[in-house]
Amino acid sequence: MAAIKQVLAPSHATGRLLLGVVGIAVAVAVISMVGEFRATQLASMAYLGVAAAGLTLLTGLNGQLSLGHGALMAIGAYTAALLLPDADAGTPLPVVLLAAVAVTVLVGAVVGVAAARLHGPYLAGATLALAVAVPGLAIYFGDTLGGEQGLSVSVPDVPVWLADAIFFLTGTDPSRGRYVSYVAWVVLVIVLVVLANLARSRTGRRWRAVRDDEIAAQLVGIDLGRNRVLAFVVSAACAGLGGALMALAVRLTAPSGFTLTLSLTLVAAIVLGGLGTLTGAVIGAALLTFLPQVVTQFGGGIGLDDVQSAQLAPFVYGLVMVLVVLLAPAGLVGSLLRWRMRRAGRRTSAVLDGPPPSVPSGSDSSDSSDSEPSDDSPTSTQPTPRGAHS
Amino acid sequence: MQQLLTTTLSGLTLGFVYAAFALALVMIWRSTRIVNFAQAPMAMITAYVALVLIDAGYSYWIGFAAALLAGFLLGSLVEWLVIRRVDASNPINPVILTLGLFIVFHSLAALIFGSRFRSFPAPFGLRGFEVGDTTVALTGFGIFTILAVLVAVGGLVLLFRFTDVGLRMRASAFNPEVSRLLGVRVGRMLNLGWALAALVGSLSGLLIAGGGLVHPSYMDPVVVYGFVAAVLGGLDSPAGAVLGGLLLGLSLSFVSGYLGSELVAMAALVVLMAVLLVRPGGIFGGIAERRV
Repeated sequence: MAAIKQVLAPSHATGRLLLGVVGIAVAVAVISMVGEFRATQLASMAYLGVAAAGLTLLTGLNGQLSLGHGALMAIGAYTAALLLPDADAGTPLPVVLLAAVAVTVLVGAVVGVAAARLHGPYLAGATLALAVAVPGLAIYFGDTLGGEQGLSVSVPDVPVWLADAIFFLTGTDPSRGRYVSYVAWVVLVIVLVVLANLARSRTGRRWRAVRDDEIAAQLVGIDLGRNRVLAFVVSAACAGLGGALMALAVRLTAPSGFTLTLSLTLVAAIVLGGLGTLTGAVIGAALLTFLPQVVTQFGGGIGLDDVQSAQLAPFVYGLVMVLVVLLAPAGLVGSLLRWRMRRAGRRTSAVLDGPPPSVPSGSDSSDSSDSEPSDDSPTSTQPTPRGAHS
Repeated sequence: MQQLLTTTLSGLTLGFVYAAFALALVMIWRSTRIVNFAQAPMAMITAYVALVLIDAGYSYWIGFAAALLAGFLLGSLVEWLVIRRVDASNPINPVILTLGLFIVFHSLAALIFGSRFRSFPAPFGLRGFEVGDTTVALTGFGIFTILAVLVAVGGLVLLFRFTDVGLRMRASAFNPEVSRLLGVRVGRMLNLGWALAALVGSLSGLLIAGGGLVHPSYMDPVVVYGFVAAVLGGLDSPAGAVLGGLLLGLSLSFVSGYLGSELVAMAALVVLMAVLLVRPGGIFGGIAERRV
């Protein structure tokens, strides 16, 4: 029983897969129940979530802060728009999404190679320049990319089998907006499961090592550059995927949609939720989607006009961003986790108060054979006998 | 020939503005090791202060002075309220902080002053001088721009080189611990540094705005160009920032004149990457080793 519980917990790969399946089921159920407007909102939450999840992995896990993810989203979005120019294009959605990922991965690899050599404010400045530069390209190559007007995106028809399945489950035919929302949420859940597995894998540990201590990471044989580039590429792929979903949801790709504000919005999302946690990225995306409506209503209530009320939301999350950095640098979720860990730590340290903590010794082999087997004993004891035999 | 001259002159004028902005970034970087990405919206807010006064019927110069004063106060306030309270041991924190301020100032300006485009007056003519029967692209406002930046840079040189306050400010930036032991009030000096940098930032904001349109994000590209100019000069050197600004202004002007104005930001990115990958210390910097 305990073993089953352990396997199904989110800390185990099977558990995460199960959580993903449940997540998709819940998302599909919720989207088919809410109204058309809410379904659109949920779609925009999903594409922000996909991009933010990628960014939080890069920033929180690998320590690289990118302000250029809006530009990478633009690349994914324009790829999708070029593949879906009109109703008879007929490119299947999975192909569109994979193509967006492929193109963004290529761009991300180039940017990542450059970014891997930069630190802190230098990296921030360089990616900021990227965010400002890319929309200009869409105007310069106006013949293919539509210039200021942008490209319209025609969402393909809902596949017959899916329409049938949804009709069977809910008794209604899905609209195109709702179809995009389903697709976006399925993609979001898949991305979250993949990234969660990645974060817990050997690769994720390497990225954390690179973030925490470059010299120590190099000493244990981790290639800093390669891991930074890999993290950037994975993160860029998520941004491209988010951008393609955005193009589908908004049905228009124009330079004005990919201003510096979008990139800063993504940073705000991951900071609000908590750097480095996927939950935080989803919470941040939810806040960015639903907070503006609440705040705008509040603004109307205190006598501001519509244009002014629309500015209240960025004001609030900018302010929260400043406060989070000053008061809780780990973000909202991160601070909560840390508080829980500290509490748990206090409890375990109270239990272990009697005997002094055993010190794993590398020099004295007799001591290490005496010590109790602990979680990390294989790594600490194995080298000693091997060294003695050779 | 005509276009070459025009491009060079307008590039030189813009270069002086970028130089001022880069100088503001460098001053803050030297003293607090923070790149103030919020410099652009701070300058934008002070330009609005000037615009409100000018629209209310005051002369351009009263608006100009009020904007500079507002910049000085805003810089001091920002340093005192937020910057000195941030935990800078993780270099990501200050970056996120200034980005948060960026968003806050942006939306605040749109809330208070509205987000439509408003035209900003210029105190001098915007038409080029006529030499013989051709018009040279050097305008009265262009000359004012160059002079204003030169005066600001000269004033800063005098302040840092020849006054007691300047010496104390340099000492605080160079070694805060020792300076504190020697009786320098380091916190106050850093605050003054932020205030002066914000003043120089507002000057560049006013010079960009003059004769053009103002809206809440009109300074956003300038923060990128200012940063690139500062990195060109090594991010640590005020003289390098000025030279970097001039060089960048000229090169971006050539890109804009001969290739297309949409590519200016891309060109700035290319210049930045080239400098960072080839000479991370900046093309004028003589610093041997530094992490980028």
